[in-house]
Amino acid sequence: MKPGAVISEPGSTVRNRTGGWRVFRPVFDMKRCIDCGNCWIFCPECCVSRSEEGEYSANLDYCKGCGICANECPTEAISMELEEK
Amino acid sequence: MREMLHGSKAVAKAVKLCDVDVVAAYPITPQTPIVEYIAQMVADGELRAEYIMVESEHTAMSACIGASATGARTFTATSSQGLAYMHEVLWIASGMRLPIVMVNANRALSAPINIWNDQSDSMAERDSGWVQIYVETNQEALDSVIQAYRIAEDREVLLPVMVCMDGFVLTHTMEPVDVPQKEEVDRFLPPFEPEVKLDPEEPVTMGALGEPQWYMEFRKQQDVAMERALHKVKEVDAEFSRVFGRGYGVLEKYGDDDAEVVLLTLGSLAGTIKDVVDGQENVRLVRLRLFRPLPEEDIAEALRGASVVGVLEKDIALGLGEGALCTEVKKLCYDYGIDARVLSFVCGLGGRDVRMEDVEHAIQVCRQAARGEKVNRTTWLGLREVAP
Amino acid sequence: MKVVADIPSYVKCRHTCEASLSASRCFRFRQLLKEVSDEELFASGHRACSGCACALAIRLALKAAGRNVIVTQPTGCMEVVSTPYPETAWRVPWIHVAFENSAAVASGVEAALKALGKKDRVKVLAFGGDGGTVDIGFQALSGALERGHDFVYICYDNEAYMNTGIQRSGSTPYGAATTTSPPGRESFGNRTFKKDMPRIAAAHGIPYVATASVAFPLDYMEKVKKALSIRGPAYIHVHASCTPGWGIREEKSIEVLRLAVDSGMWILYEVEHGRERVTYKPAMKRPVEEYLRLQKRFKHLTDEHIAVLQQYVDERWKEVFGEGPSP
Repeated sequence: MKPGAVISEPGSTVRNRTGGWRVFRPVFDMKRCIDCGNCWIFCPECCVSRSEEGEYSANLDYCKGCGICANECPTEAISMELEEK
Repeated sequence: MREMLHGSKAVAKAVKLCDVDVVAAYPITPQTPIVEYIAQMVADGELRAEYIMVESEHTAMSACIGASATGARTFTATSSQGLAYMHEVLWIASGMRLPIVMVNANRALSAPINIWNDQSDSMAERDSGWVQIYVETNQEALDSVIQAYRIAEDREVLLPVMVCMDGFVLTHTMEPVDVPQKEEVDRFLPPFEPEVKLDPEEPVTMGALGEPQWYMEFRKQQDVAMERALHKVKEVDAEFSRVFGRGYGVLEKYGDDDAEVVLLTLGSLAGTIKDVVDGQENVRLVRLRLFRPLPEEDIAEALRGASVVGVLEKDIALGLGEGALCTEVKKLCYDYGIDARVLSFVCGLGGRDVRMEDVEHAIQVCRQAARGEKVNRTTWLGLREVAP
Repeated sequence: MKVVADIPSYVKCRHTCEASLSASRCFRFRQLLKEVSDEELFASGHRACSGCACALAIRLALKAAGRNVIVTQPTGCMEVVSTPYPETAWRVPWIHVAFENSAAVASGVEAALKALGKKDRVKVLAFGGDGGTVDIGFQALSGALERGHDFVYICYDNEAYMNTGIQRSGSTPYGAATTTSPPGRESFGNRTFKKDMPRIAAAHGIPYVATASVAFPLDYMEKVKKALSIRGPAYIHVHASCTPGWGIREEKSIEVLRLAVDSGMWILYEVEHGRERVTYKPAMKRPVEEYLRLQKRFKHLTDEHIAVLQQYVDERWKEVFGEGPSP
């Protein structure tokens, strides 16, 4: 514990896996994807990424299931499906 | 070099000697000349510092916090309402463990509005986690500012320090002051190099949310730092004394050690009391210099043998019916098994002159108590008869 | 971010395109997005509500700013959700002091950087919510702007005190229900119009002021970059929705912000060295009611109050775009 509650581990909230908050999970249909990047740029959790091959996916460790990506997708390539726990 | 200096100028000279990087201050009587002198030094290129002409005391302290966190040596000065306006951020400065040094020109709090000296302003901040030093002379003000940075920046301490000097009585009064050589001060006070600071090379988060499972530990750390500060104040003062030939300790004892009546006070009032004590038998003075952390053991030692302790102070703890320091002395007497009667003498509020006759009256009351006569636990010195 | 070069002709694509309705501009949007940094300086795992546009406002600003910044933040949602000790979402140096002093702390940081000779390498970025900016932090901000510190202040405006449970601020719009401006027999919700903070900032004569919206990320990030590149104080006021505070579905938080712009409730412009420029003109003006209907905070409004808002918007629209309301 550094004096004054200083935190010297940048980005350490990654330890807190917020994926557990999720009710719906985003499912990407890459056949419909036009690679516009909306799902990536509009994600408040910084958890959508694009692979070298151009495949988009959400990191389910952190995805809270808000559905912004699906709502902002111009081609309806993302659907929100009920999380089965 | 010996110069005739106002207390304000002595402080400004200390700030310059300490190579302060950032000054953020807002004018308030009677502190104003301090920041005016500093502004002139910066304008003349004598002091290479950023002077932020802030729009309030709250911002003055907030800016000092930001600057200190970024690794700059910072200074501010204020008084009375300004200190009260800072109240919120004072706690944050100490909670964040930032070694900011501030001079408080002691002045009464409103209402009624009053710009003259008493010590209610800094007394009201006694639990804010700041080290508090009360000085008697302009020389001590200058020396204490230099010492303050050494104490504050020590990695075992890391606490802000408030140097309290009586408004007008010191700030606007000329006294001969020995101004140390820059080289000597440089040797005594190395540059500020914090272990952590805001720097993109090594990003840290400062001012995080402390939830119930963490908050208490950080308060405890502060309390431990206060204990360490007590030793550090003594250590730094001893070293200062070796280098510059002037030392003050955490308190000053004056007069016959065996005297059964002891007067206890803070700040410049000690000057008047010394004059009175000089002409009387069986009474001595203890001037407390370090008020936070309270050097209880040292005070207890200084009070040994006393049958009556009269605490003369320029503040009133409303609702308690006595001065704040008096209560604390009673407490330490209990802890240290000192069997003395402790009496409160409230004086000098709002700049009311404390005359020698007032001090003599206090001594007289103490002597009555020593003889076992009935006296009030609190006496207001120099008070006009008022209708309730 | 790699983006393919073929231009789709999806009609639906239009509404997500920031710049205009034309497909070629849509291509430009994607090209520009390609240039946006992949680096996430605001880490996952923060505790913001699901669908929080304010978290996005921070994420995007940091993408634009890069690593060489020191961030100051007042007390508020984004402070609370990002730094529960011993964790922090921040990958840049960050400091929180109190509620009303983000700009004051930034003043000190900037002065220290100058004093220590680091000013050319490190930028200062201050955040504040609307409460911490237009209300309690107003004086500190005004002082910092007037003194000319070289820093950028970003107000993320979710139009009420959300952290404490949705109380009205000076930035709450007309008619909105909050816990301290509730509708009732004697009340239709908030009685006042939003304090025009960007105009107030501009009145300080600072070199750069802009409004932005999280729904227009490229426009927003461009403004952050410009603000950081200009010497002196810059102020950006970014509209950012709050799902519980506005009473919207989580997935709608961007859509609602876009509707704010398309209806004229929020106008995107910048004032650079005194010259004003609208940075986005909606192709079609949507009725304010469409914007209001998405949000629970406005659901109690009668036609009469909606008409007041529409008139307010029409007047501003005319002032800015120089024409009457489009059909």
